[in-house]
Amino acid sequence: MDANYINDEQLDVLLNELGSLYGYDFTEYARSSMKRRVNRLLIVDKFTDFDGLLHTIKNDANYFRRFVEEITVNVTEMYRDPATFRAIREKVLPDIATHPFIRIWHAGCSTGEEVYSMAIMLHEANLLHKSLIYATDLSAMAIENIKQGVFPVSQLGKDTENYIASGGKRDFSEYYTVKNDTAIFNQNLKTKIITATHNLVSDSSFNEFQLIFCRNVLIYFNKNLQDRVLSLFDASLEKLGYLVLGTKENIRFTKVAAKFAQPDNTQKIWRKTW
Amino acid sequence: MAEDMVGGCPVVVIGGSAGSLTVLTGIIGALPVPLAAKIIIVLHRKNTNDVILAALLSRKTTLPVREVEDKDELLPGCIYLAPPDYHLLIETPDSFSLDSSDRVHYSRPSIDVTFISVADMFGASVIGILLSGSNSDGAKGLEYIKHRGGTTLAQDPLTAEFAFMPQQAINLHCVDRVIDGKELGKVVEGMVQG
Repeated sequence: MDANYINDEQLDVLLNELGSLYGYDFTEYARSSMKRRVNRLLIVDKFTDFDGLLHTIKNDANYFRRFVEEITVNVTEMYRDPATFRAIREKVLPDIATHPFIRIWHAGCSTGEEVYSMAIMLHEANLLHKSLIYATDLSAMAIENIKQGVFPVSQLGKDTENYIASGGKRDFSEYYTVKNDTAIFNQNLKTKIITATHNLVSDSSFNEFQLIFCRNVLIYFNKNLQDRVLSLFDASLEKLGYLVLGTKENIRFTKVAAKFAQPDNTQKIWRKTW
Repeated sequence: MAEDMVGGCPVVVIGGSAGSLTVLTGIIGALPVPLAAKIIIVLHRKNTNDVILAALLSRKTTLPVREVEDKDELLPGCIYLAPPDYHLLIETPDSFSLDSSDRVHYSRPSIDVTFISVADMFGASVIGILLSGSNSDGAKGLEYIKHRGGTTLAQDPLTAEFAFMPQQAINLHCVDRVIDGKELGKVVEGMVQG
């Protein structure tokens, strides 16, 4: 049974190899979920033991890419946690609408469902024409998906439900066309989306934003790395800019806590106060 | 390993699905106050942001009941609930971590995921309990708790509203004691009092 469950020493060996061979630093990712994902890959990719996995990672760059995708790409959906998007629609957008030019960053946005959710809300608020949405993720595959704006038809039911729950008033099917088993989102949404690979662990701030999304990414980091990434967001936000995190994430006990206020304590939306 | 650092404080981890709520409230109500153990609960729930479960359990005990947020502290004398739509993991002997990757056995939170993580961190200090349910989640996790030297209990399938889940664990021959749902509170009370 132990063959399917790596120990701490093995995890350290693996993390060191990933750093020295490929330059990816996962040492400050949350260990518990890192371990769980490596264990899962051992089973899914049918390795008989840890040494088999390590050998393949060291000698097969293609497999290494798969490994990174598998341990970093996260599940997401359109308007995930609709109450959060309703608050953005009703409270945040009217506020940032006064800016002549709106810049939004979706950091670690995975396959981009929330990026398109946001583009649609900006369109409905008549703000898309003066907005730019920066969508970044560690995964090149995820970034490619965002560029295409193609999502599985199987998710559309849930997406539409979430859209309505977020306060969307139109017919959601206006925003895409279905081809085979995919929904292709409208070209006009894509024109305001800028994509790039970006590693929150090692890359720095690249602009100033009024609104930053980083949802269910910090949960995969340890407290040190969370502090560093939150400082990066702090440096990338204008004064009075907004930071939106996942529903079970909190900045309460982090280094930037004092600089941010939470206007509504039922929502994970913070505002930079100074 | 980790369990040497945390001494003997028992870590009780309870998994349940359909039909487990009555038994769970019985266990919570029977816990001694103050309590030297850590209590972690993973219940399959609807994918909503409800706080009803925490409120419901709070009515049965004066111990603090908390639905976990990312990197929350894990302290003795408290009852922790896996939040809906996240897997609950143990990050350090004193803190949690959350994970929103794929469902396991159609479930997030998954009982297996938490059982394995708790067993990894706390080894022989773990008391794993699997309650009523109609899903096979939890059986493998209970087997891993046993494998790491912990103690394993299952609700007697004959007393469970849905027998399938505890029966799956019993079929793996990893259950130390099979206990009538109504007796579980008393048994757990005895175990955490040492």
